[in-house]
Amino acid sequence: MKYDVIVVGGGHAGCEAAHACAILGNKTLLITGNINNIGDMPCNPSIGGSAKGIVVREIDALGGIMGEVADATHIQIKFLNSKKGPGVRSLRCQSNKKLYSEEMVKLLKNTNNLILKECLVKSLIIDKNEVKGVITEENENIFSKRVILTTGTYLNSDIMRGHNKYKSGPHGEKTSLYLSKNLKELGLKIIRLKTGTPPRIDGNTIDYSVIKEEKGDNKLITFSNFNKPSYKVKNQISCYLTYTNIETHKIILDNLDKCALYSGMIKGVGPRYCPSIEDKIVKFRDKDRHQIFLEPNELSTNEIYVGGFSTTMPEELQEKLIHTMKGLENAKITKYGYAIEYDAIDPTELNMSLESKKIKGLYTAGQINGTSGYEEAAAQGLIAGINASLSLKEIEPLILKRNEAYIGVLIDDLINKGITEPYRLLTSRAEFRLLLRHDNADIRLTEIGRKVGLINDIKYKIFNKKQKEIENLMNYIKETNFKCSKDNNEFLLKNKSVKLDNSIKIYELIKRPEIKLSKVLKYLNVKFNKESIEQVEINIKYKGYIDKTNKEVEKMLNLEDKKIPNDIDYEKVKNIATEAKQKLSLVRPLTIGQASRISGVNPADISMLLIYLKKEYPNE
Amino acid sequence: MEDTIAAISTIVGESALNVIKVSGNDSIEIVNKIFSGKDLTKVKSHTIHYGFIMNKNEKIDEVLVSIFKAPKTYTREDVVEINCHGGVSVTNKILELLLTNGCRMAEPGEFIKRAYLNGRINLVEAEAVSDLISAKTEIARKIGIKGLTGESSKLIKELREDLISLIANIEVNIDYPEYEDAVEVTKDLIKEKINNMIFKLNEIISKSENQLLIKNGIKVSIVGKPNVGKSSILNKFLNEEKAIVTDIEGTTRDTVEGSIILNGVEINFIDTAGIRDTNNIVEKIGVEKSLKAIEDADLVLFVLDGTRKISKEDLEIFDKVKNKKVIIIVNKSDEAQIIDLSKFNKYEIIFTSTKIEEGLDELKNKIVEMFNLGNLELNDYTYLSNSRQISILKDSLNLANNVLNKNETEVDLIEIDIKLLWEKLGEILGETYKDDLLDEIFSKFCLGK
Repeated sequence: MKYDVIVVGGGHAGCEAAHACAILGNKTLLITGNINNIGDMPCNPSIGGSAKGIVVREIDALGGIMGEVADATHIQIKFLNSKKGPGVRSLRCQSNKKLYSEEMVKLLKNTNNLILKECLVKSLIIDKNEVKGVITEENENIFSKRVILTTGTYLNSDIMRGHNKYKSGPHGEKTSLYLSKNLKELGLKIIRLKTGTPPRIDGNTIDYSVIKEEKGDNKLITFSNFNKPSYKVKNQISCYLTYTNIETHKIILDNLDKCALYSGMIKGVGPRYCPSIEDKIVKFRDKDRHQIFLEPNELSTNEIYVGGFSTTMPEELQEKLIHTMKGLENAKITKYGYAIEYDAIDPTELNMSLESKKIKGLYTAGQINGTSGYEEAAAQGLIAGINASLSLKEIEPLILKRNEAYIGVLIDDLINKGITEPYRLLTSRAEFRLLLRHDNADIRLTEIGRKVGLINDIKYKIFNKKQKEIENLMNYIKETNFKCSKDNNEFLLKNKSVKLDNSIKIYELIKRPEIKLSKVLKYLNVKFNKESIEQVEINIKYKGYIDKTNKEVEKMLNLEDKKIPNDIDYEKVKNIATEAKQKLSLVRPLTIGQASRISGVNPADISMLLIYLKKEYPNE
Repeated sequence: MEDTIAAISTIVGESALNVIKVSGNDSIEIVNKIFSGKDLTKVKSHTIHYGFIMNKNEKIDEVLVSIFKAPKTYTREDVVEINCHGGVSVTNKILELLLTNGCRMAEPGEFIKRAYLNGRINLVEAEAVSDLISAKTEIARKIGIKGLTGESSKLIKELREDLISLIANIEVNIDYPEYEDAVEVTKDLIKEKINNMIFKLNEIISKSENQLLIKNGIKVSIVGKPNVGKSSILNKFLNEEKAIVTDIEGTTRDTVEGSIILNGVEINFIDTAGIRDTNNIVEKIGVEKSLKAIEDADLVLFVLDGTRKISKEDLEIFDKVKNKKVIIIVNKSDEAQIIDLSKFNKYEIIFTSTKIEEGLDELKNKIVEMFNLGNLELNDYTYLSNSRQISILKDSLNLANNVLNKNETEVDLIEIDIKLLWEKLGEILGETYKDDLLDEIFSKFCLGK
């Protein structure tokens, strides 16, 4: 039996990759250590968040599945930063994680061309630097034209708690012992990373009466553009907020030698933006409390995830520490926190398509590329799946630019800057974030998804209908006068605006910051849907900033247009710093723009490179 | 830039010694070809060798050759310095030999450009070297040295650090909206910080402009109708201060009547003779030149005759200078005064007489006061001192004002302008990439070091 694509790993990257490949008509095999663990959330039971929520929207617009499954399975949803500017608003939900996993398995099982298989992969079958399939730990050879590795934290992983260290995947799952050794033998650069997870506790043992409740938003929202909300606002389940205190901190400081983190056992680099509680207290000694978020983890067992309390303390101390916190005095731990160290591939080993530079036909996505987060993983999985499929048809890969999508920022950062810690998307990584909004993800990317072949007719029709309505509304306000009448002026005064002396187009009126389009339309008794109004209003009100950002984009694209020939030998480019020479030789950027974003490459190096190109390649 | 460059790096004249500098991969090999003495390709780095420069069998000059091998050199390339005996023809002959043996003539500022491109010095330092080369007074030289050690970049770095911490705080608010530990940056907080920054920027700009004056000297034009005593005032100045006289090389400078050093600063008097309405074409050219001189002047001394009433002509001239920094000089104070000065009561007025030597010290003190020259010795010479840097500072000031003037209430949008400000300040240090930046800076450098 020969497959077109084998996807190794059933996490968020693997699900998107396998689904995309299968939908695009490839005979696809998804291999996972445990089918029941497909789409699992081994850390917090939540999808989205700042920047990440926008990624979910982007995945959805391109034809991926994370948004739909999140919509179908969440227990609480919130619009973050809703009072801030449109460029930073983002969705986050708390998921029923068991249901999420079940929904995902159901969806994949119902996908044509896709077969699920439970086993572990030992090594790759390589012929002349091209991947030909995989060999399982049971020594079965399975052949395929492309392989996508989405092994998450399972490569050669160690779990660490207190002074204990043992080979294991997350939550006692089997680790993949042989694959990373095989990858190293094949010449890929392997790095070691670390992450951690907090304890889970029994919700029935929490005293909710003394801690703060955090509710979901009281309006209906969806991640997916193609979904109608399937939940009731009232039925959302709350999270709760408690705090660490001086006593918690004292116990930690007194026992630092007992935790894995400070006992010298951990070699891997952990993420700064997701520190363990030990780290928080050691590095921020002047803080007398830290927020701890209690999030529902398993509805069936009422298990609670203790967000912000990732720890490598031994079990008995974890109990003691949990009990210091308000509301948790009698809480029972159901799963202990731990740190996990795992192997990853240096992402500078990859092309922008996520295909390995060294091994043809091999793609990698998700935590194996050094990222963290379900959304980052899913996004890469989707792109790897799309690009593996496109390459089978000998079509150019899909490479999203930094001004087109957070997904573009993510992959561009990984490949050009490399990583020194697990990579997480942040809004600050996106220099053009005013263009990469939650509200316009579909406008930015649905056409691309359609062209790739992942947006089916039904979705495309929904998209086009919305587009049409936005166009209609724009035309309407550009053509219609807001007359200078007594009534109208009264309306303006009531909205803290100034009177008109002459009639003006509604479009002009909306430029006033205090005048809301929705209110004007309501006043005029004209009906348009909410999304169109939002879209049109953002484009008018923030036009100045959007134009400014577009100018910056143009500057970037100019550099992006300056191509660097494939055969360039950086050893011959004189007068550039040695570090820049090494980095450029390693990354082999396709354009000057890409070269300028590589860490360690300075403006001066770019100037020298430009001079060299002009001299050596005068016709390009 | 694989080629090897050469240039004479001392001022060629009848000085005792001249230095010719060679930099690039082949520098040692090329010099070795025309050197008779040790085999320079085999000597250690940072050593000096005695020998002769040869044109085939002809001895050109007795020289000392210093060998500096990359990377511990000024340009981080192989560098050779030839110390030869002074004299235009010998020095030129050696340079010519270098050029015929494979060197290329260095472009203006090219050594320093290579030093910058090879990461030996940063942009501010590079500019400071150029300042150092052209420094004419002791204080200007000190400014050059401070720039060289990166002191002026420190000021900008501090401002950028303030900005980046503000930006970072806003980013944390966005990326971690539920975290209570970060202060929520509000519009008011931004206002406070940016106001503070505007204050600092203004201070740096005004002090830097001052230093620009110190570096380039202060241009003073003396204007007034004929026979009010302009030249006698000028002559008095020049005589008393034993003026360094006028033959400053180059044709780009204004016609300087003469210069004096006041508190270590070069004061250059510019010729502005003859401002009046005229139909004579030759005179017209003279008038235009004078008007230009007024425009370029940092200070105008407007001279009136105290023994005469103010004429229409006086007022016409005054009209041309009244928006400049101006001191009104009422000359001939030793004779009976009939002038009515009520029109000028908003201006600095000094009474002078060149006969009884009245008012000259007062005038000097006034100039010292106006340009803050009295405090110069106390200054730490850390301000920015070239016009590119100052113009970026002014752009930054505009951006900062932009931040304040926005109606926007959303902090993340205001932040867009704060980021632009941060990037703009980075341009001073060369930390923001820009295509034309390098060309502009390096074209300003004079030949050699």
